[in-house]
Amino acid sequence: MNFLHGITLLLIFQLIGEMTAILFNLPIPGPVIGMILLFAILLWRGRSSESLDDVSNGLLSHLSLLFVPAGVGIMVYFDRIVSEWIPIGLTLVFSTLATMMATAFVMLWAQKNSLKRR
Amino acid sequence: MTENQLSHLWVYLSASPLMGLTMTLVAYSLAIKLYEKGHKNALLHPVVVAIALLILFLSLSDMSYEDYFEGGQFIHFLLGPATVALAIPLYRQFSKLKQNWLPISLALFSGVVIGAISSIVIARVSGASLETLLSLAPKSVTVPIAMGISEKIGGLPSLTAVLVVVTGILGAIMGIKLFQILKIKDDSVKGIAMGVTAHGIGTARSFQESSEMGAFSGLAMALSAVLTALILPYLVTFLHWLDVF
Repeated sequence: MNFLHGITLLLIFQLIGEMTAILFNLPIPGPVIGMILLFAILLWRGRSSESLDDVSNGLLSHLSLLFVPAGVGIMVYFDRIVSEWIPIGLTLVFSTLATMMATAFVMLWAQKNSLKRR
Repeated sequence: MTENQLSHLWVYLSASPLMGLTMTLVAYSLAIKLYEKGHKNALLHPVVVAIALLILFLSLSDMSYEDYFEGGQFIHFLLGPATVALAIPLYRQFSKLKQNWLPISLALFSGVVIGAISSIVIARVSGASLETLLSLAPKSVTVPIAMGISEKIGGLPSLTAVLVVVTGILGAIMGIKLFQILKIKDDSVKGIAMGVTAHGIGTARSFQESSEMGAFSGLAMALSAVLTALILPYLVTFLHWLDVF
């Protein structure tokens, strides 16, 4: 029953999120709005529930499985990827490295400076 | 069973969602087994192996991606509730987020902006077509959100889905090595960098390192997705106006 209760709650929040996005013509995807709303309610209530904990552990511990069906779609774009493999490969590798390093260094730098100020 | 009966059976199975759904779960379970047998070697990442197994199966059985996705969509659909579920680890780590909100916001903002600009510039310089370039721009954002952004800015949503998955795998593999080389040990820094760059796949990898790194990665993935959805359409217009592409 716990699992059913948890997944129902998640779907309700996703549904509210999707409806909000459409009604107000927001550029933010529905599930993200649902997440923000659920987060706000958890903060307001001051505690989570066992059923929510169970279902979020279940879903998040197999998060990488959920990417498989989209990933198989690579076969549809095989020709495009083969003909543009150099720009695609270069962009993926170097932009990924740049993003990772920029994020880590800015955070380290900001942490050091905010500690100094204290 | 005659050959005729066999082909009837196959026609029935390949038209029902059961086949795609079951094969996805079987391929993923095999991939996990192989990953554990191979001492968690990064090159045996379960997502890569599962995708390779499924493509092999589809091409051998002559099944189209559309037919496969009839079943695969049930798993794909769970990305929505999984995104909502991120609110729970986020809530658990909220006190850490509050203490550290300024460094985290600055890091998220720089990561999102540098990620988008670097991918557009590198794609442009190395000669990508316009559609590919625009499909690459939201590559660090989790699949359902990246597809929405891609559609908005004129990319190909399903190509974006593929590029996002590849980025996630690359980021998860390179990130762990990069943190070792740069001697970054702080779980909050590693988690934030992983989540901004490699979304859910990086978050899954971070949870294997520690639950703190995983929670920060989930936090960064959620916040950077919102931030990218808000910034990227304007950034693309601005770069276009600057004649970058």
